[in-house]
Amino acid sequence: MAVPKRKMSRSNTRSRRANWKATAVTTAACSQCKSPKLPHAACPVCGTYNGRQVLEV
Amino acid sequence: MPTPTKGARLGGSPAHEKLILANLATELFRHGKIKTTESKAKRLRPLAEQLVTKAKRGDLHARRRVLATVKDKDVVYALFEQIAPRYANRPGGYTRITKIGPRKGDAAPMAVIELVEELQVAASTGPSKEARKAAAQQAKVEALAPEDEAPAAAAKGDDVQDDQDAEAPVSASGDKPGDKAEGEDTDKA
Ligand SMILES: [Zn+2]
Repeated sequence: MAVPKRKMSRSNTRSRRANWKATAVTTAACSQCKSPKLPHAACPVCGTYNGRQVLEV
Repeated sequence: MPTPTKGARLGGSPAHEKLILANLATELFRHGKIKTTESKAKRLRPLAEQLVTKAKRGDLHARRRVLATVKDKDVVYALFEQIAPRYANRPGGYTRITKIGPRKGDAAPMAVIELVEELQVAASTGPSKEARKAAAQQAKVEALAPEDEAPAAAAKGDDVQDDQDAEAPVSASGDKPGDKAEGEDTDKA
């Protein structure tokens, strides 16, 4: 079975983990209330999608 | 070789999946609008539309086939007597799925699946498209050979009629969300 020959240094570990980054969620402005919402989804603020009321607010 | 069903597998076994979908269809016909995960909504849509199509047929055989899925007789009655007549002039597409973003807790993408409204004007999809294509071809032919004045005029007349046919469904779809959604919006505003 393959096993690591050397202990991985703190530096290597940290430089690997330094690249784990979260990205901001893409949003689109709601056509009704202009608040940011997920694209292709109903607006959680006013509950409309495509000018149609989908959710009760 | 049988083609696999599109979409995610639900539940722990095929029987469980059948039950989940049957229960979802029952609740959709009971309430007209249900909130579920996107994958379940996507699996439910074809089943629900097939059931509506059977309900539109309306005979005893169709009723028994629907009863094999939807066990609740009250819901089947409502489906055959109230829901199916609404869609008499609608050629499929009885449900609408709207995504509503991730669920709190497990961030599962959620969606609302609902039965769409009644169609005011009959959507003439098949023949009008063919007629439009034929008219376009005729117009092209007559543009290439402009000696024949009379047939060109006749083709123009056809074009106008076809344009009206083509515009009617668009206005219908524009009206469709209008009644409910706009009324509620004005209430909000
Ligand atoms: Zn909004």
